[in-house]
Parts: sequence; C-alpha cells; structure tokens
Amino acid sequence: MNRHLLSTADLSREDALLILDTAEELSRVSGRSIKKLPTLRGRTVVNLFFEDSTRTRISFEAAAKRLSADVINFSAKGSSVSKGESLKDTALTLQAMGADAVVVRHGASGAPHRLANWVDGSVVNAGDGTHEHPTQALLDAFTMRRRLGELDGRRVTIVGDVLHSRVARSNVHLLHTLGAEVTLVAPPTLLPVAMGEWPCEVSYDFDSVLAKSDVVMMLRVQHERMNASYFPSAREYSRRYGLDPDRLGRMPEGAIVMHPGPMNRGMEIAAEVADSARSTIVEQVTNGVTVRMAVLYLLLSGSEPAIGGNL
Amino acid sequence: MNVARNQVRDDPEPDGGRAGDGGRPREDGPPHDGERAVLEAPDINRALTRIAHEILERAKGPERLLLLGIPTRGTFLARRLAERIEQVEGHPVASGSLDVTMYRDDLRLRPARALGRTVLPEDGVDGRIVVLVDDVLYSGRTVRAALDALNDLGRPTAVRLAVLVDRGHRELPIRADYVGKNLPTSRAETVRVCLRETDQRDAVLLRGGQR
Repeated sequence: MNRHLLSTADLSREDALLILDTAEELSRVSGRSIKKLPTLRGRTVVNLFFEDSTRTRISFEAAAKRLSADVINFSAKGSSVSKGESLKDTALTLQAMGADAVVVRHGASGAPHRLANWVDGSVVNAGDGTHEHPTQALLDAFTMRRRLGELDGRRVTIVGDVLHSRVARSNVHLLHTLGAEVTLVAPPTLLPVAMGEWPCEVSYDFDSVLAKSDVVMMLRVQHERMNASYFPSAREYSRRYGLDPDRLGRMPEGAIVMHPGPMNRGMEIAAEVADSARSTIVEQVTNGVTVRMAVLYLLLSGSEPAIGGNL
Repeated sequence: MNVARNQVRDDPEPDGGRAGDGGRPREDGPPHDGERAVLEAPDINRALTRIAHEILERAKGPERLLLLGIPTRGTFLARRLAERIEQVEGHPVASGSLDVTMYRDDLRLRPARALGRTVLPEDGVDGRIVVLVDDVLYSGRTVRAALDALNDLGRPTAVRLAVLVDRGHRELPIRADYVGKNLPTSRAETVRVCLRETDQRDAVLLRGGQR
C-alpha cells in the first residue's frame, strides 16, 4: 500500500499531530553539531519542480539530506520538459530511476495526483497550481504551535489573495482538523466562487476581525497569476488589506504575524511589521526544514508510510 | 498506524519466533494471565541501589557522569539511578534520555513509527562518562543503535551500559557493565518491565514459553 501527501484534507487529526510531534523531536537535530541522521540512507528523493521556487526546493533538499537520503533535483528548465516531454513520460523516467519519493511542484492543480498514479514511490505535493501546498500548512501549524501551544480554539485570520493561494487552502483544511477557527479576509474578487464547503468563516473587513485574532497570516499578492484587475490599485489594496504598524498595534497581546514568503514588503505587509518581534517569518523557514524532515521520515522510513492519503 | 510513545521502541527481530512482539513491554496495565513476577518492587529497588554504587565506584566520583536512559522506561531508570547517586554523594548527577529510533536497523521492517525524546545537558556529552540505561537487554540491537546515536552527538570519555534485566540471546557482541538481574529466558518468553512512572507499580514479569 502506498500513501502520498497530496492534500491536507487527507490528513486525520492523528496523522497531523504525529507529523507535528515528530517535527518537534527532529527540531533538536538542527541544534547539534552533526545535523544528520542515517535514517533514509539508500533511499532516493526526487525534487521535481516545474515551477520556480527557492525556499521550498531548498528546504526539501536540506530535509532529505539531513536524513541521509540521496537527492536528485529536477527542474523543468534545462530538462527534456522544455523539449515537450509529457508529465507521464517524466514520471516513467523517475520510476525507472527508482525514486522512493517524488516531491513535485507543478503549475497545474492536480498534477501531483496524476503523478501518484504513475510512480511507485510516495508523492509529496510541494504546491500544485492554486490547489494545495500541504507542507507549507504543516510548517505554519508547527510554528503556531511552538509560539502559542495547542491550536484548539485558536483564531487564525488569513488575509489576502485567497483565490490564487494554495497556502490558504491547505491551511484552512489543516487548521480546521487541528481545531482552530479560521477566518479568511479578502476583497470579494480575490475569493473563490464555490467556498460553501470550506470549514471557515469569510469576512471582507480586516479591521473587524483583527482584534480577535491569535494569528494573522498574510498572503502574497501573486502578481504572476493576476491576469485580470482584481483590485483598483496597489495602494488601495494595501490600505484595506495590508498589515501596517497601526493594525499590528490593534492585534491582541501575544498574537503573531505570519507570511509564507516571498513577501512584497510595503504591499501586503509593511517592512516594520515583517521585521517585528511578533513576526514568525524567519522561524517559518527554519521550521520548514524540520517539518519536511518529519514528513519524509514518516512516509519513507518504515515498511509502509505512517501518514498521508491513499489514491 | 500511530504508535503510542511507550510502544515505540522494542527489541527488533520481528521474525524472531517470539510470543507476540515479545522481549519488551508492549502494554501497560494489570498483569496478564500466566505472567509471573521475577522481580518485585523491593528487588528492583535493591538492584538499582547496587548499580548506583557500582557506577559511582567505577567512575571514581559523580562529577563527569551522565546517565542517559533509552525511552521510555530506560529514561525513568536513569533518573532513579541519578537520584540515588545524588543521595549517596550529595552532588547532583546529570541524567537525560537518548532516543535511538532514527538509528535502528529494523526501521524498514515495520511501519514508520513515532519518535521518542532526546534530552541532553546543555554542555553535551563531550568528556563525560556516559552510562546508557535500558530496562531489558536482549538482542543488543537497541544498544548498537544507541552507540551510533551517541557518536553523532559528541565524544564521551567512556560509554557504559546499565540494564535492569539481561535476558540473553544477544545477536551482537555487546554486554552490559551493570546488570540488575540476569534472567535466563527462552525466545518464546516475554519479559515485561513495569515501572511506577508508567505502570503504577514496579515489577519484572515473565510470561509464556515452556520452562
């Protein structure tokens, strides 16, 4: 039986807590002089990136290497994909090379799911189109848990371009599973049409939810996906939905500010806010490696994966 | 799929022809049918007191000692030994825990498992006399994993091994320096160690097999 991490909606509460607990133990490894564990020796992890990414790819690579796995990096640029090779043929090539896990980022929603049908190894979704980015949500939950304790009943506000955000989708499902209450805040044009089944609240007014948020997560305005005019001007967006020092001051004491990166400083988040003590943005990057180690460990170390969904 | 912490690590050799998962305590709670106690609370107490003195004598003092228990029950035993040495010497003794899950040689034989906790003193293991503490010594594979784990953490002056029960059947050239009780067993038997901290009482229970 093979299992994959394609969507946070596939994770049971038990699975999610197992990942977070495992990450908690693994976080101690990064404090050691030898930051390496022998656990995945002889296993091969392929990073298959069809879309640009710095932190996610590096983070997965560091995680796999710290567990002693062999890492093969594959990016669409400079590969046979630019000669027109299909996803399926790429998958079959990886299959022939004996990949135990394929970490895939693709511009098309659902590509990892297709891939999972074609390879024997576990597939980890590292972001597919506007669908999901499960390890980002896991590292966000891990960061929140470290700062705030257990997430049951915590109020998380996710602000910005929800329409194009795979981070928001993954976070909504995972945080709901973990017992947090999620509110999405965005201009109506940047919310998906069919949100009826999403386990969260929706608001158009940032200021009204600000005062009762334990976590405010700012999403990046994704200029590369903005093929229509979703808001009148950057200044107006920033004024209504940006997190500036004034809004930071109105957040409850102890509340934290998150951002999945890369940031548009001055757009969705002011530079002072991003650099403030309540911002967890740098921690999120550090925690990313740890959480991805936990995911790879739980998927690959045993005779069968301990987490994730079946197809 | 989700393994409880106290079941995380038991002796390897999943096909070793043992009763159940045997060799190591798998369950908490009341005794099972056909289980008999080979050590009771006072016996365990005496054994730990003796081991504490032996460790102290060989180390010529408590200053550089670090007692590292292998989770779950080894951790509690290490703590108890440290307390006992402290009572004798009036000098605090460092103790902690060392999870060896990531270093096991049988990871691929079973589903992925949850990790135990590793807790080390601030200044690490360098220059210390490390005493590894576990409840049952069986195949020796756990201790092998512990030695590897320790190797990645630093360079102790010396590494020694203390166990509450040595039940034989070693598969690797490993022996304990301090043994609470040598317990000749057959592979068909199961040894279960209960400790107050997790099981409400202190006892070593033996079950199964023809003796």
